[in-house]
Amino acid sequence: MGRFTDLTLNGITYGMIYAAVALGLVLIWRATRIINFAQGGMAMLTTYVAVTLIGNHIGYWIAFVIALVAGLVFGAAVERVIIRPVEGKPPVNAVIVTLGLLILVEAVAGAIWGGGDRSFPAYFSETGLRAGGRQIAFSPFDIFVLSAVVLMLLALAVLFQHTHTGLRMRAAAFAPEVARLLGVRVGRILTLGWALAALAGSLAGLLVAPKVLLYPNNMDTVLVFAFTAAIIGGLDSPLGALVGGLVTGLALSYVGGYLGSSLETVGALVILLVVLMARPEGLFTRSRPRRV
Amino acid sequence: MLEVESLTTCYGAVRALDGVSLTVPDHSVTAVLGANGAGKTTLLRTITGLVRPVSGAVRYDGKELTGLPVEDIVRHGVAHVPEGRGVIQELTVEENLRLGALWRSDKRDRARALEEVYGLFPALGERRRRSAFTLSGGERQMLAIGRALMARPRMLLLDEPSLGLAPLVTAQILSLLAGLVRRQRLTVLIVEQNAASALSIAERAVILSLGRVAVADAAARVAADPNLHHHYLGF
Repeated sequence: MGRFTDLTLNGITYGMIYAAVALGLVLIWRATRIINFAQGGMAMLTTYVAVTLIGNHIGYWIAFVIALVAGLVFGAAVERVIIRPVEGKPPVNAVIVTLGLLILVEAVAGAIWGGGDRSFPAYFSETGLRAGGRQIAFSPFDIFVLSAVVLMLLALAVLFQHTHTGLRMRAAAFAPEVARLLGVRVGRILTLGWALAALAGSLAGLLVAPKVLLYPNNMDTVLVFAFTAAIIGGLDSPLGALVGGLVTGLALSYVGGYLGSSLETVGALVILLVVLMARPEGLFTRSRPRRV
Repeated sequence: MLEVESLTTCYGAVRALDGVSLTVPDHSVTAVLGANGAGKTTLLRTITGLVRPVSGAVRYDGKELTGLPVEDIVRHGVAHVPEGRGVIQELTVEENLRLGALWRSDKRDRARALEEVYGLFPALGERRRRSAFTLSGGERQMLAIGRALMARPRMLLLDEPSLGLAPLVTAQILSLLAGLVRRQRLTVLIVEQNAASALSIAERAVILSLGRVAVADAAARVAADPNLHHHYLGF
């Protein structure tokens, strides 16, 4: 029972991190109908920025915020410069461009910081809390992970549902041509979408680095799991990203715990396969046809 | 006044518009008629920049519209209600309406415009928090028009507003448009396959055939000529 509880808690924590990355994938998909294969790599880069600042005696929280802001700027720049030319073109163009960006980002990180593992500090204790007379696999840092991701989700929800910008973003995602006729500057909205997606990714990168260490490829498997999460939830649904993240986190935790950690990636791919065969549109996609 | 000068638009090898020229006088209704594929929708889409012409120009009140980004068209006073209405069904009625005025900075006037639209279309007011998906065809048309009016346009372009609507509902909407033209000094360019209903509220009529202007005349004369009906309008 104790093991099951530990695996469940572990799964929830990792699941929230996958949900954050998946949310970035969903935001970009909704805005530009592109899968950003560089989502994890971009997050890794901003995490290196943070670790460099911390190494230069900048406080953890300041470095944290700077990394998030760097994510925003990086995401906006990528959309404007690299992605804008392939929006609306055949999908394979965007695939090649984002894969190329991933390779570039990992190479740059390796060139600047070397390929070795670095540890990334966690501001909160990573020691499991004590509950019911035993130590459980849930630490103060894990509480922070959950809180940070939930806070970000709530902030984005408020942005989307209760602000003018959010209304413009939803309109641009659902009906870009109509939105243009109504005066919405869809181009700027797309840039903002990529910026917010990169922000979500940066947050995930900062939260996962203490657990998996920091090295140029450290977000590769996270991306695979986040992609699985996004597909499970339905690529069009931010809520789906959260639910998909939790489902993926839990499933992989159980697979890793009961079947062996080397089977985790295989587990993710099996889940992906099953979902794509059984319900490819994901859990939260409206399957009703669009009428106007 | 809208001036279209020798507009030519191609979809690949197909000339959807072939040197179309016409003028839309202010404060009146102009109907653009013609069979399926005549180029009516392409004309509206070219005017508002959704499609780039190969040659020719569009000017509104002397300002060149050709080449402007689509999102700037409404800022020049031209609102386009596209084919199929373009109601964003994932949003609520009120969100759709508010979207129409977001580009304008005057907050109080935006709120006033919203109340005016609800006054014009009480059915929308009753359903303001409902998802636009739940609206009937006639209600969606009202929503699309109301949303366009939120921008306080000087000219309204409507692409086949009667499509899929019952005759009674069509008549109501058209008479409402005629009223708006009179009261708010609006200019309306209405594209219709349903020629009879459009001609009933129009002052001018332009008939397109295979991408060219076949007839441009007073609407009353067009309505009264049985030869025209037979050759171009299918009745």
